[in-house]
Amino acid sequence: MELERFTYDNKLPKLFAIATITWGAIGMLLGVLAAFQLAFPILNFSEYFPHLAFGRLRPVHTNAVIFAFVGNGIFTAVYYSIPRLLKTPMWSKKLGNIHFWGWQSIIVLGALSLLMGMTSGKEYAELEWPIDIMITLIWVVFGINMFGTILTRRERHLYVAIWFFIASWVTVAMLHIVNSMELPINLFKSYSWYAGVQDALVQWWYGHNAVAFFLTTPYLGLMYYFLPKAAERPIYSYKLSIIHFWSLIFLYIWAGPHHLLYTALPEWAQSLGTAFSIMLILPSWGGMLNGLFTLRGAWDKVREDPVLKFFVVAVTAYGMSTFEGPMMSLKNVNAISHYSDWTVAHVHIGALGWNGFLTFGMLYWLIPRLFNTPLHSRKMAGTHFWIGTLGIVLYAIPMYWSAFRSYFMMKAFTPEGQLQYQFMDMVQTIIPFYVLRALGGTIFLIGVVLMIINLWKTAKAGKFVAEEYGEAPALEKKYVSPKGSFWHSVVERKPIMLLVLSLLVVALGGLFELIPTFMVKSNIPTIASVKPYTPLELQGRDIYVREGCYNCHSQMIRPFRYEVARYGEYSKAGEFVYDHPFQWGSKRTGPDLARVGGKYPDSWHFNHMYDPTSMAPGSIMPSYPSLFEKKLDINTTNSKIHAMRKMGVPYAKGYEATANDDLKKQAEAITANLKNDKIEIPADREIIALIAYLQRLGRDIKVTAITAK
Amino acid sequence: MKFSTYLEQIMGVSIYPVISLVLFVAFFTGVIIWIFSIDKKEIEHLENLPLND
Repeated sequence: MELERFTYDNKLPKLFAIATITWGAIGMLLGVLAAFQLAFPILNFSEYFPHLAFGRLRPVHTNAVIFAFVGNGIFTAVYYSIPRLLKTPMWSKKLGNIHFWGWQSIIVLGALSLLMGMTSGKEYAELEWPIDIMITLIWVVFGINMFGTILTRRERHLYVAIWFFIASWVTVAMLHIVNSMELPINLFKSYSWYAGVQDALVQWWYGHNAVAFFLTTPYLGLMYYFLPKAAERPIYSYKLSIIHFWSLIFLYIWAGPHHLLYTALPEWAQSLGTAFSIMLILPSWGGMLNGLFTLRGAWDKVREDPVLKFFVVAVTAYGMSTFEGPMMSLKNVNAISHYSDWTVAHVHIGALGWNGFLTFGMLYWLIPRLFNTPLHSRKMAGTHFWIGTLGIVLYAIPMYWSAFRSYFMMKAFTPEGQLQYQFMDMVQTIIPFYVLRALGGTIFLIGVVLMIINLWKTAKAGKFVAEEYGEAPALEKKYVSPKGSFWHSVVERKPIMLLVLSLLVVALGGLFELIPTFMVKSNIPTIASVKPYTPLELQGRDIYVREGCYNCHSQMIRPFRYEVARYGEYSKAGEFVYDHPFQWGSKRTGPDLARVGGKYPDSWHFNHMYDPTSMAPGSIMPSYPSLFEKKLDINTTNSKIHAMRKMGVPYAKGYEATANDDLKKQAEAITANLKNDKIEIPADREIIALIAYLQRLGRDIKVTAITAK
Repeated sequence: MKFSTYLEQIMGVSIYPVISLVLFVAFFTGVIIWIFSIDKKEIEHLENLPLND
């Protein structure tokens, strides 16, 4: 066969690598700031920059690390490895450039909009609808470019790394579209189309699989390509990698409900989530062992080569967190870990260890090759390795400690049967752990700074190789598969079929879990006394979402004695049917708010929002002075009520026209109430709406109790 | 538009986990049978793809 010559483009991998490093450093820096805010609330700078309060900053940190740092890491790997594995240049440089600049604009717009308080209020999917559409378009551009490359390849067989990339692409597309179904009320605000339990299930089906198909499977592709490269030997078992691939993508998609154990989600869905999470240990550990065993007989190299050191710890962290995850999906363990710092520790083992270290290893391997020069300093990379490892340990241990400490304090009863500790007692005892965690994060970040210096100097010393040449024969047009080859060999030579099959495999989990929860009434028993929010409460709820209160407060009381005693009657599925979006939360840095309505007078909330420590000494909540200055925008009431009715909330026809009258009446009533407590404030301020919402929370069921009596 | 709760209740919900388990086991068995049937040479070619570029 005649050999064809072609070139590999290095410009886009270089650009994506630079973006990975840049956003990584920024995302981690924001994480460190957020961590210090929890220990020292003054760092929220509430009086000067309401945009930097923890509730707004934390989503910027999580989105930056997931979609900017890891996202660009994925694209670096894809744009470098796919052409080389398939012996062909990327299909279109133009699409590649659109992909690169499009993705970076999404990141910048996303960060700015989140800081400005534009959020859909669903974790890791906070970005508002115009950005959601941009993400969809750029993702399609990426897909076209990837498939264009695959279809014009010169190597018939698709290496397993490419399978992981394909499955990740199609699954992320599906998750993003289904979870982002929202009804816009203007350019900056939309409501999730789903409500309550259903919204929660869709959100955690998405949330869990964002971990699976954004943070894990594409990075497994990265591992399967760069680990053999760095170790200069093939993967330990290619057969194992095939089992790893299919069983992992099949199982992962079902596991979402493990984020909702003991909540109002139907029991059968919770059990499915647990069962599939436990099964996940097998493929995950198969993959981990496959990575580690690749280095058998090459451990002497690990001692020398910083790239391999990073890879070994990354793969080990993968193994640790994929063992920990299934354990946390057991209901009895989840009772401890849910809402606690344990979850935070768990995700950081994954994010810092697995994603972070794998990315660092890839960069230390890649940058010297792109600039055709040895790494500036191996010793410095080794130092980065040790500093990074220490940072992870220092981050995780205080968080585990804090989780168990808070669990034991929260569930302690006195011999007389009273709760032994106030929530604030627990907050006070874990502040030192927050400080230690922030220091751990800082140390990890120092390591990243070392890497930036090292890679910068490497690039300076070398000369960028913009293109590399390759040659290979074209694919034969009529291919006859060898005798005795089985169905799967057909699949892996046909990328579109692989795409469709992967989609089928991942769609199954969604079908079995989502459809019954949506279609079947008995899954969400209705409660007659649960009524839609009043216009003022609805506006207040949107302020609650805007300020990201759900980042620290749950609205979901689990059926435990110690929760019911502290927060009131456990939450029922029927209570959330008008909640677009649901606000159950996933972490209790502050207490649960599901039944805070009526617990304190209006004046308490007024003072508490102005200066939390005045009502709750020792509180680490940010203060919100801006809510007392800003006038509530009531021009949106009309379209908000209209949108809600469209989604099935039973507001009377034509209520839009009079909604603002009711809103003003309720606001006046609250202002009058505050006046009785000697507080003067105009009725048109945002704080009034927020008080109205907080005072409503959990009241519907209390009404039933009274009527029943 | 409201796309929820069209059916009053779900009959025999316990069948769902069973169906999913059966599906997975069948699928997993298929993959296992396949990997034991692949030609050794093919595997060697595949696993060396990242090293030969």
